[in-house]
Amino acid sequence: MDTSPRGLIVGFLFIALLATLVWTYLHGRKIIATEKTDAVFGNPERALGGYHWVIAGVSTVLLFWLFFSWDAARSYFPRAANELCQVAKVTSALNPIRSAFPIETRLLRGTQLLARDARQLDDLEAQLETLSVSDADRAELQNSVDTLRTMLVSMASTDNLGDDTKAAISDVANQIKTVTANLSSANYPENIDSAEMEAGLAQPGWGRGTTEIPSLPASPRGFKFDAAATELQAIAQTFSGIRNTGPVFESNLAAVQAQLDVIEESPDVLDDEALDARDRFVKNLGKIAKRIDDGKLFPAQALNPIEDAVIGIEQAKRDEQGGLLWIDRLAMPSGTIVAGNTACSEQGSGRWLPKPSDTVATLARIANPNIGYKNIPLLWYEMRPAGELLAMIIPDWVADLVPGDYPRHDENGNVPDNFKSKVLNVATGDYSTFNLPVPIGHIWDSVVRVVIGLFLGILLGVPLGLFMGLSRFAKGFFDPMIELYRPVPPLAWAPLILTIFGIGDDGKIFLLFMVAFAIMVISARTGATGTQLSKIHAAHSLGASSRQIIRRVILPNSLPEILTGIRIAIGVCWGTLVAAEMLAGTTGIGFVENVARKQSDYETIWMTIILLGLLGLIFDLIMRWVINRTIPWRGKG
Amino acid sequence: MADLISDNLNMVFTTPAGESVHALKDVTFTLKKGELLSVLGPSGCGKTTLLNIIAGFLRPTGGSISLDKNEIDGPGVERGMVFQQGALFEWLTVAENVDFGLRMRGASGKDTAKKVEEWLEIVGLQGFGNVPTYQLSGGMQQRVALARCLINDPDVILMDEPLGALDALTREKMQSLVLKIWKETGKTIMIITHSVEEALLLGERLFVMAPRPGRLHKEYRLPFAEWGLDQDLRDVKNNEQFGQNREEILAMIWNMEEEIMGKAS
Repeated sequence: MDTSPRGLIVGFLFIALLATLVWTYLHGRKIIATEKTDAVFGNPERALGGYHWVIAGVSTVLLFWLFFSWDAARSYFPRAANELCQVAKVTSALNPIRSAFPIETRLLRGTQLLARDARQLDDLEAQLETLSVSDADRAELQNSVDTLRTMLVSMASTDNLGDDTKAAISDVANQIKTVTANLSSANYPENIDSAEMEAGLAQPGWGRGTTEIPSLPASPRGFKFDAAATELQAIAQTFSGIRNTGPVFESNLAAVQAQLDVIEESPDVLDDEALDARDRFVKNLGKIAKRIDDGKLFPAQALNPIEDAVIGIEQAKRDEQGGLLWIDRLAMPSGTIVAGNTACSEQGSGRWLPKPSDTVATLARIANPNIGYKNIPLLWYEMRPAGELLAMIIPDWVADLVPGDYPRHDENGNVPDNFKSKVLNVATGDYSTFNLPVPIGHIWDSVVRVVIGLFLGILLGVPLGLFMGLSRFAKGFFDPMIELYRPVPPLAWAPLILTIFGIGDDGKIFLLFMVAFAIMVISARTGATGTQLSKIHAAHSLGASSRQIIRRVILPNSLPEILTGIRIAIGVCWGTLVAAEMLAGTTGIGFVENVARKQSDYETIWMTIILLGLLGLIFDLIMRWVINRTIPWRGKG
Repeated sequence: MADLISDNLNMVFTTPAGESVHALKDVTFTLKKGELLSVLGPSGCGKTTLLNIIAGFLRPTGGSISLDKNEIDGPGVERGMVFQQGALFEWLTVAENVDFGLRMRGASGKDTAKKVEEWLEIVGLQGFGNVPTYQLSGGMQQRVALARCLINDPDVILMDEPLGALDALTREKMQSLVLKIWKETGKTIMIITHSVEEALLLGERLFVMAPRPGRLHKEYRLPFAEWGLDQDLRDVKNNEQFGQNREEILAMIWNMEEEIMGKAS
C-alpha cells in the first residue's frame, strides 16, 4: 500500500466506489421489490427517478478510470512497477535469442530466411531470360544463381555444420541453463552491494520523479532479475556472433562476389534501360549473397538446445515472479511494464490514460496562478486601472472629433495640455485611477470569446431571422448569402479568417459570430414562420400595431426556437473555438491542449478535456435553467 | 346607428393552380345594433371567409361592407374577435392576456387592473388573474378570450366557432354565458358554428349559407335566444318548435352536402 496522501486517497476511493456500486445495486433491488406493479414494460414512467443509478454510473466511470490507468495498482502495489521493471530487463535481454525461435512468432527464423531467399532466387532466375545481356554474361549470372541456391541448401543440412559452431551452440545453451539455475536459487546474486541497495531505495517512487518508473533494483527479487538480465545480455551477444559458415562456404561466396564484380565491370554496350535492369539484377543477387554471408540459417534441429534453454528460463522467470505475475495480469490491465535501453515505462492504457490522482495533481499545479500554463494562469484575476477598462469602451477617435488641434511641444520642450489632449487621455486610459480586479487566464479567454461571438450572433441574427420569417423580400434576398456560407464547416473557414484577422481575439470572435449568426437566423426564422395566424389576427383585432405584434406576439412566440438555437450555437461555438485556438493563438484552453499534445503530456490533455466538458455542462445547465424560467409554456400553447 | 351593412359582397380566390374559386357571391344583409346572428352552413360555404372580411383580415374582391357607415378597411378594435382555440398568448398570464388590447393602446396600469377584475368576474374567472393561461382548461381559456375581446368595448363581437372544441357540458355553460353577455352588454354578436342546435340557440337571426358559390341560402328569425335568457337551455331545446326547426335545417344542410358529394363523384 502506498502510504503517501495521494496513494491513500486513491486506495480509499477505490474501495469506497466498489462499496457504492454494491449499495446502489441492493438499493435498486429494494425499490423494485416495493414498487407498484402496474408499471409494464414500455411505459416511459418506468424511466423516471432512479437517481441511485446516477451514482452507480459515476462510480463505474471512476472505477474504470482508476483501474485502467493503473492508479489503483500504484496505490495498492507501489513497489510492483519497480520489480516488474527488473523482470522486463530479463525479457528484453532475452529478445535477440527468443526471436530466432517460434516462441512468439509462427516460424523458426531459419525457415523464414530459407523460404524467402529461395523464392527470391527463383524470381531472379525467371527474370534472367528477359535480361538483355550478352550470352556470356547470362551464363555467368545463371552460374551465380545456381551457386547461391546450392549454398542455401547446404546451410540447411546438418552435415555441413562445423564442429566449432556446434560447440558454440551448446556453450550458449549451457550458459542459459546456468542463469536459469541461478534464477531459481535462493541466494543469487551472492552478495548485494549495500551501496547499490541504498541507491535503489533512494529512488523516487512510481510516477513521482521525473522518470516514470524507478529502474534500479531495490529488493532481493529485483536484484536477482537485474543480475540475470546482465548475464543474459552477454549471452545474447555471444549468440548473435554464431554464424553457420565454413571454409567451402567462404570460397563459394567469394567466387560469386567475383563473378558479380566482373559483370558489373563488363563494357557498357547496352542502352541505358537495359543497363539499369542489369545493375538492379546484380544488386539483388548481391543482397541475397550478403544475407547468406550473415550465416543466420541453421539446420532445423541444430539450435534445439538453445530453444530448450530459452523455454526453460522463461518458465523459471514466470515461477520466480510469483505474486508479481498476478499483479501484472490483474491490476495492470491491457498492457505491461517494459524495459527500454536505460529506463522502464508503462505500455498500454497505463501510459495514455493518465492516473486520476496525477491528473488532479496536474490541475492543482496549473491552477496555481503563480505557475499556470506558459506563464498564464487558468483562471485568476489581475488588478487593472479603472481608466484602462473605461478606455476599452470609448473609441479613441472620439478625441479626434473634439474641435481644435492636438498640442505641440513648446520652446522649453514641454508638451502643454489642452482639452483635446485630455479627451484623448481619457479615451486611451492614460491617467491615474484606482485599480479594479479583472479576470484573466486561459479559461476566461476562451469563455469571453464564446460569449462575445455568441452575443453578437444573437444580437444580429435574431432580428434578421424574424425579418426573414415575415418578409418575402428579406427571405429571398438574404437566404443565398446565409445558405452559401452556413453549410461550410466552421473549421474550413478558420484558416482564411485567422489569416485575415491575425492570431488575436478578433479572428476567433468573428468565426464564432459567423457560426452563431447562421444558427440564430435559422432558428428565429423558424420561430417567426411558426406563429399561429390566429394569434396574429387576435393581436390585430385587439388594436396592436405592426411593431407591437413583432415585439409582443411574434418574438415571444419564437422564443422556444430561439433558445433552442442558442443552446445549439453554444455547443457548436465551443467546438469551433477549441479548434481555432489549436490552429493559432497564445491563450485559451485549445491552446493549452495543443501545446500539451506536442509534448505528449497526457495529464494536461486529459485535464483540458475534462475542463471543456465541465464548462460545456455549466453552459448547458444555465441554458436549461433559462429555458425553464422563460418558456414554461413551451409545447402547451 | 352602428349597423353592419354588407352590400353585394363578392370574394373570389385564385388557387395556386390558377383556378378561381367563388367563395362568396352577392352577399347582402344588414345587421342592426344589438342583434344576435348565427351563421350556419356545410364546410366550404364561405362562412369563415365572411367573418374574416368583416374582421378586416381579408379585403373583398367586390361589393362593400361598412360598420356605422364607415367602410371596413383592415382590422379594428371596434370589431372584437373570438377564435375557436382561444388564440391566447400563452407566455402571458390571464390578466395580461385580458388587458393586452388596453396596454397596446397605451392605457395605464391602474385603470386596466380594475377593468380586468370586473371582466374576469363577469366571465366567472375571478381570482385567476395571475395564473398562466397554459394551465387553464379549454372552457376557461375561451372565457379569457371572451374577456380579452369585451374589455376593448367593441361594437361588434365576431365569434369563429368559439365553442367547437369544448365538451358538451362546458359548451352548454358557455352558451349561457354568451347569452348573458349579449343581454347585459347589448352588443351586436355574430357567431359562426356548425352545430345546428347552437345556431338555433344563439341566434335571434340565423343565416343558412350554401356552398359553390358561397351565398346566403335562407334566413330565420328565431325566439329561442330570448327564451334562453330566463329558461333552462335544455327546456328550450326540448321545445317542439325548436325540434321542428332543427330537423328542417338539418335536412337542408344534408341535401347540400349530398349535392356536393354527388358532384364530386
